[in-house]
Amino acid sequence: MITNTKTVKELVLQNKRLDMRTFTEYRQPIEIETNISWTAEGSAKVTIGKTVVMAGVKLSLEKPYNDTPDEGGIMINAELLPLSSSEYEPGPPGIKAVELARVTDRGIREAKAIDLKALCIEPGEKAWFVTVDIISINDAGNLFDVANLATLAALKAAKFPVVNQETGSIDYKQKTGRSLPLTKEPISVTVYKIKGKLLLDPTMEEEKSAEARLTVSIDKKGTISALQKGGEGTLTIAEVGTIIDLTHEKAEELRVVLERVVVS
Amino acid sequence: MSEILIEERKIVVPGEVLAIGLDYVPGENTYREEDKIFSKVLGLAAVSGRVIKITSLAGPYMPTVGDKIIGRITDIAFSGWRVDTNTAYSAMLNVKDATTRFIKKEEDLSKILAIDDYIIVDIINVTSQRLIDVSMRELGLKKIQGGRIIEINSQKVPRVIGKKASMITLIKEKTGCEITVGQNGLIWILGSPEGEAAAERAIKMIEEKSHLSGLTEQVEAFLRGGR
Amino acid sequence: MVYKQRLDGRKGDELRPMEAKTKVIPNAQGSASFKIGKTWAIAAVYGPREIYPKFLANPKRGILRCYYNMMPFSGSGERIRPGSNRRSQEIAMVMTKALEPVVDLSQYPNSVVDVFVELPQTDAGTRCAAISAAAMALADAGIPMKDLVSSVAVGMADDKIIADLTYKEEHIYEFNPESLNAVVSDIPLAMIHNTKELTLLQMDGEITKEDLLKALELGQKAIEKVYAVQVKALKENFIEESK
Repeated sequence: MITNTKTVKELVLQNKRLDMRTFTEYRQPIEIETNISWTAEGSAKVTIGKTVVMAGVKLSLEKPYNDTPDEGGIMINAELLPLSSSEYEPGPPGIKAVELARVTDRGIREAKAIDLKALCIEPGEKAWFVTVDIISINDAGNLFDVANLATLAALKAAKFPVVNQETGSIDYKQKTGRSLPLTKEPISVTVYKIKGKLLLDPTMEEEKSAEARLTVSIDKKGTISALQKGGEGTLTIAEVGTIIDLTHEKAEELRVVLERVVVS
Repeated sequence: MSEILIEERKIVVPGEVLAIGLDYVPGENTYREEDKIFSKVLGLAAVSGRVIKITSLAGPYMPTVGDKIIGRITDIAFSGWRVDTNTAYSAMLNVKDATTRFIKKEEDLSKILAIDDYIIVDIINVTSQRLIDVSMRELGLKKIQGGRIIEINSQKVPRVIGKKASMITLIKEKTGCEITVGQNGLIWILGSPEGEAAAERAIKMIEEKSHLSGLTEQVEAFLRGGR
Repeated sequence: MVYKQRLDGRKGDELRPMEAKTKVIPNAQGSASFKIGKTWAIAAVYGPREIYPKFLANPKRGILRCYYNMMPFSGSGERIRPGSNRRSQEIAMVMTKALEPVVDLSQYPNSVVDVFVELPQTDAGTRCAAISAAAMALADAGIPMKDLVSSVAVGMADDKIIADLTYKEEHIYEFNPESLNAVVSDIPLAMIHNTKELTLLQMDGEITKEDLLKALELGQKAIEKVYAVQVKALKENFIEESK
């Protein structure tokens, strides 16, 4: 994989990027397609530039956890497929996939985007558990943001399957018209720092040239539900403030695309 | 009675019948079975007299002696450097082939070429097991500094260079960039950031449309108009 | 107990609608998407590249290595636990064997060509879709192949010999009221286009020799339809744009 690290850093000091985008410009196209998998209860495929991620929602009925007997649950997994880049090897998820899953999970969980109490059917006995699997299809940089968008779109498009009232078992082949209790859509935007400059939607090359990054999960009102700093370098408090302002602004751009997703 | 089933520049898939009869000769990327000639790759048919060959539209680079390529230093050994050639085979750049000046035994090789440096080299030897030796001695061969390196499929290199270097010269002139094309598909572009970006887009356009005719006009129009 | 009309209305030799595309994964050397009915396989080829672990290297020629995986949300019921399992390992192996006879890696000693196939949704015929997608991806990657390989499943549902079984047909005794005690056989196969040689042949179920040979005859015809879709997809990217 070719990485023009020195040139990326030199250009950044001139406020330029290799592809001549501005620091706050998303690659095009930004596309969200939902219900791409008929076997998932909800699914989506999101593209930003050349990065493509799929997400699928599966629901199951389980006994609630002991400490939250009146709540269902949500869990987000991620796989970085060798199909999507020569950087990934076959096998169990590496730390990059684990971080991606946990950061996306926290953004959605901490915002209480899914009303877990509304997932409860019988306290202490039965509740819906939501599992989202994030799958990278082509990694051309900025997986955090694309994966988060795919997760939200899949959750938005998801419908409860029919439950056989007599046996209590799920008939996965039939969907009801009921959507998940999705109360908020916390969009995450990740800002990368290269040579002290802040930019977003990096290519893989730019990711490798960055000294630090900050993923911010933020809702329409500006309430932050998750933060994750990555990279070997540091961030100043002032930079954090700037990044949050930037993510609040840019999240709206992604939110517009998400809102266009028509859920029947 | 021999019969040719394809015309020049027809797209064919592996296994497609190109000709029947013994009058035709199987050229590059084709094979003969009994009285038929078949394609071995996805590509464009080319007929030259009785020889039918297929120009592959994709596929790996085959390291060839005499080719100029761009590689990346991946390791420093006792007697030289290991070079990633962007193929399944790495190359060796021996100390004696690195420069024309004499390099003393105690010299720190990493001060001459460090890991992750990109270099322009000539392939001077390839064994049957694909062990490759490269040299940086000749004029024009050197360590790359500045600019950007992009990657295209090596099969498209001839199209990017063009007949008598016409295409690459066009791009150089219109963008004001120095461009060095490695036969392995790695290309070094050096100029202003805007010029480099335009050259990169023009080259990617050629890579995408290499099978089409009228490409020169399209590239010209692109370089004239939008950036 | 007679399977009079196929559950989805198809004729016995009719395949489900197919959709194929190449160049779907920019990072890969070659890639393809192949959909047949509701079964969808995406294949990506990386290589020839250096092989790890090194002891697998063959000094005479490159090695073809296939991987097969169903995405966690691609099963017809519950979520599938991610990760390799015996079924996916076996399918990966038969996939490799289905493609090896046509692929020529003699020019790439000590290297590997990796083919990764992932399925976002399934409805039977998964290994067949995987092989058809993989063959396209290999050609798209410019890997020398003496021919394409096409794959489809044939079989018997109750008393009818059919091509391209759906999940419901594989389990006809559950879905067709008249087939409660039906015997089913599911025969995935793959063939080299020119010679019609079989490179994959498996069977689940029960069948007589006569019916098997009839099914294979049907398979030979059915495979032509898959081949046509593969060729069209491979060539589509290179159609001359009208001026």
